[in-house]
Amino acid sequence: MPSPRYWREIPARYRLEAARCGGCGAILYPVRRICPACRGETFSPVKLSRRGKVITSTVIHAAPTEFQMEAPYAMAVVETPEGARLMVQVADCDLEEVVPGTEVTLEFRRIRKEGKGGILCYGHKAVPVR
Amino acid sequence: MREVAVVSAGMTPFGELWRHSLRDLFVEASLEALRNARADSVDAVYVGNMSGGQFVGQEHLAPLLVDQLGFRGVAATRVESACASGGAALRAAFLDVASGMSDVVLAAGVEKMNDGADVTGVLASAADQEAEVYHGVTFPGLYAMIARAHMEQHGTTLEDLAAVSVKNHRHGALNPKAQFRQEVTLEQVMNSSLVADPLRLLHCSPVSDGAAAVLLCPLSRAKEFTDRPVRIRASGLATSSMALAERRDPAFLDAVRLSASRAYKMAGLSPSGIDVAEVHDCFSIAEICVIEALCFVEPGRGGQAARTGETALGGRLPVNPSGGLKSKGHPVGATGIAQVIEIFDQLRGAAGERQVADAAIGLTQNMGGSGASSVVHIFERV
Repeated sequence: MPSPRYWREIPARYRLEAARCGGCGAILYPVRRICPACRGETFSPVKLSRRGKVITSTVIHAAPTEFQMEAPYAMAVVETPEGARLMVQVADCDLEEVVPGTEVTLEFRRIRKEGKGGILCYGHKAVPVR
Repeated sequence: MREVAVVSAGMTPFGELWRHSLRDLFVEASLEALRNARADSVDAVYVGNMSGGQFVGQEHLAPLLVDQLGFRGVAATRVESACASGGAALRAAFLDVASGMSDVVLAAGVEKMNDGADVTGVLASAADQEAEVYHGVTFPGLYAMIARAHMEQHGTTLEDLAAVSVKNHRHGALNPKAQFRQEVTLEQVMNSSLVADPLRLLHCSPVSDGAAAVLLCPLSRAKEFTDRPVRIRASGLATSSMALAERRDPAFLDAVRLSASRAYKMAGLSPSGIDVAEVHDCFSIAEICVIEALCFVEPGRGGQAARTGETALGGRLPVNPSGGLKSKGHPVGATGIAQVIEIFDQLRGAAGERQVADAAIGLTQNMGGSGASSVVHIFERV
């Protein structure tokens, strides 16, 4: 992934910047130009809380090449209190405990290394609340 | 709009076809379709293909492939909608004939997956790169999340998931073109290696090479090509959010429901009017969610259907008599056309040991990604 492409995603990935639609109140994460619910084009900025609960989950055993050293690892769709949903890895957990309803925090972590140069790429991972 | 008929079909076996290139596969299937109809020219060709560019480094497939077929000069277009590319190609061909723009049109699908590409990575490009793939999710992972949500909401069990694979392998064992012509037991499925919990290896369709082609023309001209045409009664296509996280109910495939509603409306039929169906079982859970979205069963009851035999050959509504993607194989761009060929054979009474008695109306459902696109077609015996 060339760095400009990575750089463009930084507001969403690093700071969890989202938007609330002025037309219907829907939360958009990541932000986009047109609201998928009402086609509205006016938004107010929202920062997502760094916590949420698991909507659904899996444990990846057959991993993509870049993640093979990490397998098996848990992944989940997490909903924040604002109603945004994120696809994230779940770290520092017992793989079996990541099930629908599990409460998590969202922590800033390294996600992957890109390309031959091994550029470090960051974002958020979920960690179960104890 | 004009009435449109399918008048002939051609298909390679599906599997790891090391001796055949992408162009070989396309020509073999297309030539068979043309010869079966004794057709020596076409007005247009639509090629369903997900990712020639990533699998074999070849884009711009339509001119390449029609030239290989000896049709240099013919109007040809590649159609892409990930794993629904074949169904989308059929729809493009159908619209071309129905509109009156073209008379004789070839709709083909082809994929060459076993030529050294990183298949998991290529398939993942049918998901949202920024919101999903970046974080390390795979396609089996996305469907595993759909499965877990379905189990949570509806009480679907691991046995239900496994029963879909057992049924489709039982059907595929009767299909000479299938990649895996063998039955599997519930225990084998449930003890196969984990790919993405709760999905195991035998819940997943394989990596396949293959091609499939059908020839379309106006129904009024069908008798020039065959004694037993099959009419296309309806075509429905729909889309949903690319990212699974953006669907309020991850266990409900809304694009499938919408594409089916459009097709049922166009055909003037209800789901109870369908005699046989080929649906997109890229993973066992997909068949469960799809038959619910097609309204073949009540919401949440898709899990029981395979286990009770309702969707097996001999059951109330046989689903995937070909063996489905699971057993027949899933060369992604070819799948949508291969589904049509099974229904074409079923409605002509030519499905051999897999024949559904007195099948008059058949349905195909072909899906892209984790359900972001879906194409449904309804066919009728003439």
